Amino acid sequence: MAQSQSSEAKTGYMLVAPPLLYAVLLLAAPLATVLIYSVLTGENGAVSLPMTTENFTTVWTGRVYQAIMARSLYVSMLVTLTTVLLAYPIAYFVSFHVRPERKALWLFLITIPFWTSYIIRVALWRTILGYNGIIDSTLIGLGVTSEPLNILSYGVVSIIITLAHAYAPFAVLPIFVSLEKVDRALLEAGQDLGESRWTTFLRVTLPLSMPGVIAAVLIVFIPTVGDYVTPELIGGGKVPMIANMIEIEMLKKRDQAMGSAIAVTAMSIVAIVSILFVLLNKRFIGGTK
Amino acid sequence: MKDAPILRSYAVLYLIFLYGPIIILPMFAFNDNTIVSFPLKGFTTKWFAEMWSDPNLRIALQNSLIIALSTATLSTVLGIFAARASVRYKWPGKTAVVGLIMVPLVLPEMIVAMALLVVLLSIGVPLSIFTIIMGHVLICMPFAVAILTSAFQSLDRSLEEAALDLGEDAWSTFRLIVLPLVMPGIMASFLITFTISIDEFIIANFLGSGKPILSVYIFGQFRFPAKVPAMLALGTLLVAFSIILLTIAEYFRRRGVAKTGGKNSGGFL
Repeated sequence: MAQSQSSEAKTGYMLVAPPLLYAVLLLAAPLATVLIYSVLTGENGAVSLPMTTENFTTVWTGRVYQAIMARSLYVSMLVTLTTVLLAYPIAYFVSFHVRPERKALWLFLITIPFWTSYIIRVALWRTILGYNGIIDSTLIGLGVTSEPLNILSYGVVSIIITLAHAYAPFAVLPIFVSLEKVDRALLEAGQDLGESRWTTFLRVTLPLSMPGVIAAVLIVFIPTVGDYVTPELIGGGKVPMIANMIEIEMLKKRDQAMGSAIAVTAMSIVAIVSILFVLLNKRFIGGTK
Repeated sequence: MKDAPILRSYAVLYLIFLYGPIIILPMFAFNDNTIVSFPLKGFTTKWFAEMWSDPNLRIALQNSLIIALSTATLSTVLGIFAARASVRYKWPGKTAVVGLIMVPLVLPEMIVAMALLVVLLSIGVPLSIFTIIMGHVLICMPFAVAILTSAFQSLDRSLEEAALDLGEDAWSTFRLIVLPLVMPGIMASFLITFTISIDEFIIANFLGSGKPILSVYIFGQFRFPAKVPAMLALGTLLVAFSIILLTIAEYFRRRGVAKTGGKNSGGFL
């Protein structure tokens, strides 16, 4: 028995070796390199030895860096909030009000837009929201307004619309999955015991679907914090975020140490926010039981 | 099922929000006006002709196809190894290893791209199509592993044991029994990683030394207002193409579910 177990482990390792090797060489090693670079001195596209924490001091105290990081966090949190709030009712609708055999079709409909070119979707929002673009020309044509609104010029608003659209399915799916797991008998019990439909939702369905909401928050928050395309195309470079800042340091200023320090900072922010949310989730579940 | 008129109308509005841009795309791709705004002027196919006449597009398309086909093949093959190892065999450290492979899902893409770039530059690897493929395989592998894991999980192990009992060796059991049953999952993984790779921008842009790649080309062209209608024409074709691919992928996924006798619930992801 022990022997068959060890031979099973051996087969398992042999099978997983190629993908593992790939991930170690092309993911773990580069991330470790960035970690090391972040405490070195960078100049002219190279790094040299005196180890220093100066990069981090600059990133954490420099006014420009602070402003850009605060904005990245602010924008991606707003995006996350908007996306999840918009997604919850649709996930609820599909889970509770769509016949079981049609659920797959609804989910397919919701996911299709996500699989069409990201660049094209972002660029489309630019032509939709832009000066004299589709929204402006429609509103003027309908006589609602005489001046172009030029929503695009309000950088943050247009970034939020674009990203809330881009990440919609990411928010709908996890919430839907957690709603599907809600035991329908509990809802009937709640209503039998005299709760209204709304209080049953607040006291039973919503808490039980929290894991899905937390998953949705993380799935939307992580990529939006590091988004590069939208600030570039929609914000017109006027609302740079962390990813754009990494590009400037790494490639334009050719300071790989500073770029690495920003990347490490960004990863830490993502990690801290994720851990906070996971803890929140545990506490939430613990509190309701 | 209770009727919920408010939720139902919200759901319809939400779908309009999701599909709005995709419906607008062909409308203006066939519109006879350089400026993208209402009212529509008339029907034309000249933007499609203009788009196709740019030789850079054809080079970009060719490069992107090479990248996407290689990425889809490589990440699906690596995904098969990882999914099979994690579903079928017990070994210590599985959670950590699978976790590492899945990390790109929870890491901003920019960081993956920059970390790879720093290493490639420091070892002196010249940037090329090959380096883009390396990056794309990394970010596509988690998707392949996720899809294939569920394909391998729905596999009935007694079928394999029966084949082994009937005298087949491990490899021919895998080839004759396992592979055909997970084939729908393999097809779905291939199509989805292909789509991700074709669309991907950040890695294609930073690991590609300015070679024309479809997504990078589109990004560049959108900066010139005069080029926008031609790009909408290109976008229309790409969207039509991805919808066809996804419908095929969904077909295979459903067939796979039916084959292994499961119940159809949910979609991708």
